Amino acid sequence: MESTIVRSIDYNAYFGDNHVVKNVNIDIPKNNVIAVMGPSGCGKTTFLRGINRMHELIPGATAKGKIMLDNEDVMEMHPIFVRLKIGMVFQRPNPFPNLSIYDNVIAGYKLNGIKLPKAEKDKIVEQSLTKVALWNEVKDQLNKKGTFLSGGQQQRLCIARAVAMEPEVLLFDEPTSALDPISTSTVEELFHDLKQNYTLIIVTHNMQQAARVSDKTAFFYMGELVEYDETKRMFTNPRDTRTQNYITGRFS
Amino acid sequence: MKAKNSPVRFRIGKNGFFKGVVIAFAFSCVIPLLFILAYIIKAGITKINWNFLVNVPKPVGESGGGIANALLGSIIIIAVAAVIAIPIGILGGIYLSENRKSKLAYWARLSIDILQGVPSIVIGIVAYFWLVKPFGGFSSVSGSIALAIMMLPIVVRSTEETLKLLPDTLREAGFALGMPFHRVVLKVIVPCGISGILSGVMLSIARIAGETAPLLFTAFGNPYLSTSLTKPMQSLPLLIFNYATSPYNDWHDLAWGASCILLIFVLVLNIFTKIITRKWKVQL
Repeated sequence: MESTIVRSIDYNAYFGDNHVVKNVNIDIPKNNVIAVMGPSGCGKTTFLRGINRMHELIPGATAKGKIMLDNEDVMEMHPIFVRLKIGMVFQRPNPFPNLSIYDNVIAGYKLNGIKLPKAEKDKIVEQSLTKVALWNEVKDQLNKKGTFLSGGQQQRLCIARAVAMEPEVLLFDEPTSALDPISTSTVEELFHDLKQNYTLIIVTHNMQQAARVSDKTAFFYMGELVEYDETKRMFTNPRDTRTQNYITGRFS
Repeated sequence: MKAKNSPVRFRIGKNGFFKGVVIAFAFSCVIPLLFILAYIIKAGITKINWNFLVNVPKPVGESGGGIANALLGSIIIIAVAAVIAIPIGILGGIYLSENRKSKLAYWARLSIDILQGVPSIVIGIVAYFWLVKPFGGFSSVSGSIALAIMMLPIVVRSTEETLKLLPDTLREAGFALGMPFHRVVLKVIVPCGISGILSGVMLSIARIAGETAPLLFTAFGNPYLSTSLTKPMQSLPLLIFNYATSPYNDWHDLAWGASCILLIFVLVLNIFTKIITRKWKVQL
């Protein structure tokens, strides 16, 4: 029996008067990879950004409903605590350009003013970079700027930065859409390793990717959660005609 | 064949002519500066020596003397102006770039733009009525405040423009790590835009270094060496203004030497700014 780690209850998100996420109820089991897919503008990214309260950073954006993380309502918590427990990786790799690779990994501690002994920092950096399969590539150049790395390496560096904070959940907002195919497959392989320790929620508009990497898939359409099921089942035997149309490419 | 070629040839010729005109005008932008530089350095460089830098002007009739009072005065007045204007300017610029659409930002931006257009002599007069008259005397600090008002728009706008160009993804990266707003600004946004902020600061200093009008009724000028912020103080542009219009040849020499030093200072500051901007630029 899998335990639920994130549960959204009647979650609604708005940009001004524009209702972009409508009444989403979803249970996300621990140590799973959840793919969130749907056509552009279906609210999938907005929903993802709602989970760690990034949505409300946009002027005019509001949200209603509950998002439970371990039986605690994220909407009631201070956003800073939420974001320490729920890490996020963005569409485009965004390492801090003023920091070295080493400092980028521990940025969550360093930039928050948390002092750690050197030995512990070294340990966190090595472990985090190892988890994202980047350690062997960069261990001799940790003092170089993070932006010297290739796009795929930068994205893995950003994942390491999120992992270093030891969050419970990792959110990915179309993490490979700015990467080449080889880097994409490296990142996808990572998801399998990462789910041993974390719960991954991945927004993607690439159906093949959803099918390849996820345990469960959620299909959003026009702001609604249309269908949410085991990935295998969703792609072989969708219940809703809209899901079927999307998967078979009949969508415009 | 010939009939087909001739219009093309004409166009090639026209193109060449146009290119020539553009190059000629580009050159003509450089010429005034070269002439000014050559003229002032030729007239001023021979007057500059160690005594010129460490002595105060001699009374009329005695030869020699230097501009130590103006040099030190300029440094003090500019330093105090910078201390006032830089923190306000940078913090204001940060506010404008982080709150682009707020009402306060709109009015602040508008007043900064208008402030930039206020003639320096007007700022001088205002400083005179606000600071010199109520406190009963000319003072270097009132001059510094007048100059700070002139610096402010440059610092604010350059800070805002620099920070606005930084991608939002950078801010999001900070927020997603649980950083509070002030830390995102201080640890991510400002370090990434530091080269632009600094170049704005340096250019604003270069801009006020030669300002005379705001100092006429504030710092006023002083033939003696003074370091007091509450007393009149000499400065390079004031010395140039007063001595160049005097009837004495010795004083003309001082004015030429001072012009040369002021020019070199502004030039070096500009070159330095270019170097810093290139060296400290954070590669995004």
